[in-house]
Amino acid sequence: MNRTVSNRIEQNRIDQRFAALKAQGRTALIPYITAGDPAPAHTVDFMHACVEAGADVLELGVPFSDPMADGPVIQKACERALVHGTRLQHVLEMVAEFRQRDSETPVVLMGYLNPIERMGYDIFTRQAQVSGVDGVLVVDMPPEEAGDNAALFAEHGLQSIFLLAPTTSEARAKAICEHGEGYLYYVSLKGVTGAATLDADAVGAQLSKLRRVTELPLCVGFGIRDGATAAAIGRVADGVIVGSALVGRIAERADDPASIPAALKSILGEMREALDHDVPS
Amino acid sequence: MSRFHDLTQLPDARGHFGPYGGRFVSETLSFALEELENIYASLKNDPEFQAEFDRDLTHYVGRPSPLYHAERWSREIGGAQIWLKREDLNHTGAHKVNNTIGQALLAKKSGKPRVIAETGAGQHGVATATVAARLGLKCEIYMGAEDVERQKLNVYRMHLLGAKVVPVESGSRTLKDAMNEALRDWVTNVDDTFYIIGTVAGPHPYPMLVRDFSAIVGREARRQSLEQIGRLPDALVACVGGGSNAMGLFYPFVEDDDVIMYGVEAGGEGVATGRHAAPLTANAPRGVLHGNRTYLMSDEGGQVADTQSISAGLDYPGVGPEHALWKDVGRVRYVAADDDEVLAAFRELTLVEGIMPALESAHALAHAKKLAGEMSSDQHIVVNLSGRGDKDIHTVAKLDGIEF
Repeated sequence: MNRTVSNRIEQNRIDQRFAALKAQGRTALIPYITAGDPAPAHTVDFMHACVEAGADVLELGVPFSDPMADGPVIQKACERALVHGTRLQHVLEMVAEFRQRDSETPVVLMGYLNPIERMGYDIFTRQAQVSGVDGVLVVDMPPEEAGDNAALFAEHGLQSIFLLAPTTSEARAKAICEHGEGYLYYVSLKGVTGAATLDADAVGAQLSKLRRVTELPLCVGFGIRDGATAAAIGRVADGVIVGSALVGRIAERADDPASIPAALKSILGEMREALDHDVPS
Repeated sequence: MSRFHDLTQLPDARGHFGPYGGRFVSETLSFALEELENIYASLKNDPEFQAEFDRDLTHYVGRPSPLYHAERWSREIGGAQIWLKREDLNHTGAHKVNNTIGQALLAKKSGKPRVIAETGAGQHGVATATVAARLGLKCEIYMGAEDVERQKLNVYRMHLLGAKVVPVESGSRTLKDAMNEALRDWVTNVDDTFYIIGTVAGPHPYPMLVRDFSAIVGREARRQSLEQIGRLPDALVACVGGGSNAMGLFYPFVEDDDVIMYGVEAGGEGVATGRHAAPLTANAPRGVLHGNRTYLMSDEGGQVADTQSISAGLDYPGVGPEHALWKDVGRVRYVAADDDEVLAAFRELTLVEGIMPALESAHALAHAKKLAGEMSSDQHIVVNLSGRGDKDIHTVAKLDGIEF
């Protein structure tokens, strides 16, 4: 589970992207959408739309029947995707298709362990690498359970993104930071995705503590839903992750998928604008 | 020494039973699980805590539960002698209360004012609501909407006990979805909430502590066998959903190599049809759900399969990780009883012995009947009669075309 050799880190799209953002003094905008929602045929278009609206990294959700850490919005997205038969295999194909037109934007697969476990770790890592996946965030695989998988992922150029929570002890945070690659996903509040409001000052205080133990970019998810919340978190974080707010808009337009790219661009554009032009007070 | 001695040394420090178990949870819960592990470690061997637990089991639950010789039924079958460990006679009517008493004591020590639980048949929900009422804890029970429908009586019991029952509409609307929702609640309210898991599954340390609290069943049955039979039984039989009642009965016998153990899963419409809840019997692939690695029914894409069983309490696609290991090392034989066999056993025990078993427990009875027929009359089988059948009258009546 050691950090991989330095040349591989440099090659990884995630590290390159964060290095560039840092040089520009910008905050990463990281949208999450569930693959296959509302139907598999649209996902790649949505990914490109996100990039056109200013996304720096894409988190692509692998639908799962039992998304234990997700609120109703993403639960329903999983259900819509699964009804259409979207499986991990298809998600990897979507990434490969995305890569035909976009070889630069990092793509992180986010989801639960069982689809990977069932596919088999060897097959998954090989196919993910070929498809052009850059990172993997498995919600229910904390570092102590990652074991050999993290090393296997690294061999195939897949960075292991780990979560940190407000309840994470200092000792655990240190261990997680040591194992983490790419960026760290700070869960801003206790709860499931799509939950209520967040306190930017409290998040900022937590991130300051984390910065003492890691140099990895700190990105914040949970509770970011518009330009104002993005800007508030952007003042203290290296990246903002927006999921349920986007997935909610997809749900509203599930019957009219052609209108979804414009809707995604609208909200992401607002966030991009807020992040880039926010003057710290 | 028993060739199964090593099994008594598990789980390891990180909650693993061989390749199974573990702590596969989102980061927010890690802290609460570490906290629970520490509380349990500090109390496990504390004589005062054990005395309090024993006192509650004696005076509140009514233990020890009898080991009853089902003489008439044994005679009718014409084979081995069947003994019933009468967990149905416990306060609240099932073995579940042994574990909730233990976890409620842990909740009290943790100082958290609120408890939550998932429930399938409603027995664990009732047992949790009961101990919550007694300790003055706020209580919410998550129950699949389909189970709320088929277990109305238990839903109302929980309501009377002051608990709030939340019907879960997501997914297959059964036990696994109730567990998802309970985990979502816990991750949101982790500061003031203690999650009382009702089976030997979930993230470490739950499989271990639920086992330890349930093992009173086997300790008593072992002692009672020596007293009443004059020796250890030849076989043990218990039903397995998540597997807490089987674990409770089996664990104290693990090193008794001559005692053969049978875990009976829910065969539903038949294991061959695919519509069942028998991951061990069907050799389901290894998977990760609800915090642990185990045998898990899922499709080729890793999506958890819908299960099928007449009994809400066994309607679960996974199984406790310690059972998974016991299958692999051959300590326990896992088999299935399908819905028809279960109903027949339910009716038979009621008519022949005047004991109405829970449909869950009737799975164990159905297999015990088969087994007894193949054994001789000087052999002995102990069956865990894990719960009483009052809650299932609705289901059985409906099959008879009767609506209340």
